[in-house]
Amino acid sequence: MKIAKLALAAGLALVAGMASAEVKVGMITTLSGGGAGLGIDVRDGFMLAVKQSGRDDIKVVIEDDQRKPDIAVQLADKMIQSEKVDVLTGIIWSNLAMAVVPSVTAQGKFYLSPNAGPSALAGKGCHDNYFNVAWQNDNLHEAAGAYANSAGYKKSFLLAPNYPAGKDALTGYKRFFEGELASEVYTELGQTDYASEIAQIRASDADSVFFFLPGGMGISFLKQYADSGVGLPVVGPAFSFDQGILQAVGAAALGVVNTSQWNKDIDNPANAAFVESFQAEYGRLPSLYASQGFDTANLLISAVESADVSDADAFRAALEAANFDSVRGDFAFGPNHHPIQTIYAREVVEENGVFTNKIIGVALENHSDAYAGECKM
Amino acid sequence: MTTVLLVEQILNGLQFGIMLFLMAAGLTLVFGVMGLINLAHGSLYMIGAFAAAAVAAATGSFVLALAGAMAAAAMVGALVEYTVIRRLYARDHLDQVLATFALILIFSEGTRWIFGSFPLFLDIPSALAGPITLPGGIEYPRYRLVLIVIGLAIAAGLALFISRTRVGIQIRAGENDREMIAALGVDISRLYTLVFALGAALAGLAGALVGAIQSVQIGMGEPILILAFVVIVIGGIGSIRGALVGSLLVGLTDTLGGIFLPEAFKLFMEPAAATTVGSSLASMAIYILMAGVLIWRPTGLFGARA
Repeated sequence: MKIAKLALAAGLALVAGMASAEVKVGMITTLSGGGAGLGIDVRDGFMLAVKQSGRDDIKVVIEDDQRKPDIAVQLADKMIQSEKVDVLTGIIWSNLAMAVVPSVTAQGKFYLSPNAGPSALAGKGCHDNYFNVAWQNDNLHEAAGAYANSAGYKKSFLLAPNYPAGKDALTGYKRFFEGELASEVYTELGQTDYASEIAQIRASDADSVFFFLPGGMGISFLKQYADSGVGLPVVGPAFSFDQGILQAVGAAALGVVNTSQWNKDIDNPANAAFVESFQAEYGRLPSLYASQGFDTANLLISAVESADVSDADAFRAALEAANFDSVRGDFAFGPNHHPIQTIYAREVVEENGVFTNKIIGVALENHSDAYAGECKM
Repeated sequence: MTTVLLVEQILNGLQFGIMLFLMAAGLTLVFGVMGLINLAHGSLYMIGAFAAAAVAAATGSFVLALAGAMAAAAMVGALVEYTVIRRLYARDHLDQVLATFALILIFSEGTRWIFGSFPLFLDIPSALAGPITLPGGIEYPRYRLVLIVIGLAIAAGLALFISRTRVGIQIRAGENDREMIAALGVDISRLYTLVFALGAALAGLAGALVGAIQSVQIGMGEPILILAFVVIVIGGIGSIRGALVGSLLVGLTDTLGGIFLPEAFKLFMEPAAATTVGSSLASMAIYILMAGVLIWRPTGLFGARA
């Protein structure tokens, strides 16, 4: 029985292999400047999956968007017109995704998002050729709000940068948090000194702090917050606690609870193999972003195995089926092509001298997003 | 708004201003003495922070890390002056801006090449960690107080250096008339290298000191570079005293504006709108300050009268 199944699968793969000449993937991601760590992780996760599949009919063209929307748009045009790519992926930042994705999908190409999930593309602006493999932007913040309820927090102080994703973050948290708000503070994007905000937290009567400060902003905030001795419990999304930046935060992050759809200790064979092979290949622990890149590539590979990319309807149906072993465990697409998945609460711990995350519970089970109802495909 | 919060915010503003001064001092010297716009000054700040993180990781000593940061930034500064900047003195400002902008890109990608793309770890020494209780029950991070003290000490040292030493006199003379002091037998090119390295060392020190409470990452110098330019324009180009006063003004305006403007607007607007308007105005505050100073004194507070 098993052999028959294998033979059938091999046969199918052979047929598919013959049918599709080659799938060309254009990856536009951030490989230079301050946000490069995220793009590099997505790229490395993606390429690891492509390598492991052993397929030589998937060609990936990788370009650096320098975190600039205008450059991302130019690269997308170039990839579609002169490289003739079939599928695009890779964009990290929501503002870049908003500049690129609508025109890509309007030209009949597929876009698989390994990170950015702006609400506009999940609701009214959804498109049948757009798939988000990571999350809708609000998801992890919603989970943080849900966790804050279960932790018994009654009054939160909210902090996020003043840009669209920052506002989405506070909206997401407030959607699920049932307590009161001590204050909502919007900081400048790229701000590095939080002394004044920390003084406001100290002066407030909050019992908890929620913050969304991705990348270097989070490093600065956590170090300064730990040093200030304010000591209120902090909760936030995984973006300030990923493997790439935890070492730079150091002991200041220990014990902080953050929410994520992935962690290296999620117990399933695909994840165990991913964590081990990523370390073997690149010599570092994988991050959340690497896991998203890896899943994106595996989704693509699963679709390539069962459909020809030149048959858009069949290929889309194959993507919708999401017939791959996600490192997160169960994974399915909702009606707006965004994931329905479980989001966990993790705690920062120290393991063998390395700072990393450990799952302490489930924040939201099989969670979809708030915009799916507005999407008409 | 309690007094405790007010005092804490004033201290925050002072500390921010003092760190800006370390950046602005080098920038204003280089601009004043050599007439050079150096956009790569922020890269020297970054080099200081990365060098400090590397030395601290290797030796575990914060003092050695600071020394390493100053040495590395000064050396890179001297090298860059000798190989690149030297060719730019006679060129116009546009060429200088282009060349030093190229240096930013080279330094950023070079740093990534050496240290990788992920931020580095640099922590404050354990002796200075945690808050200290000031008179009046004000809790304030010990390290930030130390930053204020170090910064003021350097400002005093620099003032003495410029006004009392032979090199300081040459620097002031160079600011006023570079042909004349060259004619008087001062080795002007050596003086320029020295001034550039001095400015670089101060930027490196600022990067290391601030890096310990912030994120040591690629591109960390550029946001502070813009503020440093605002400072030297307010203070008057070439003036160390102007840089100090300008830094403190900018630091206090930025910090206190962020707190008080939203509060002030709440007096006559509904809270949500007041917060939005207040915060937007607060992020403009230092530029409004700069515009105001320039209308009142076009060459800055302590700039030479044209």
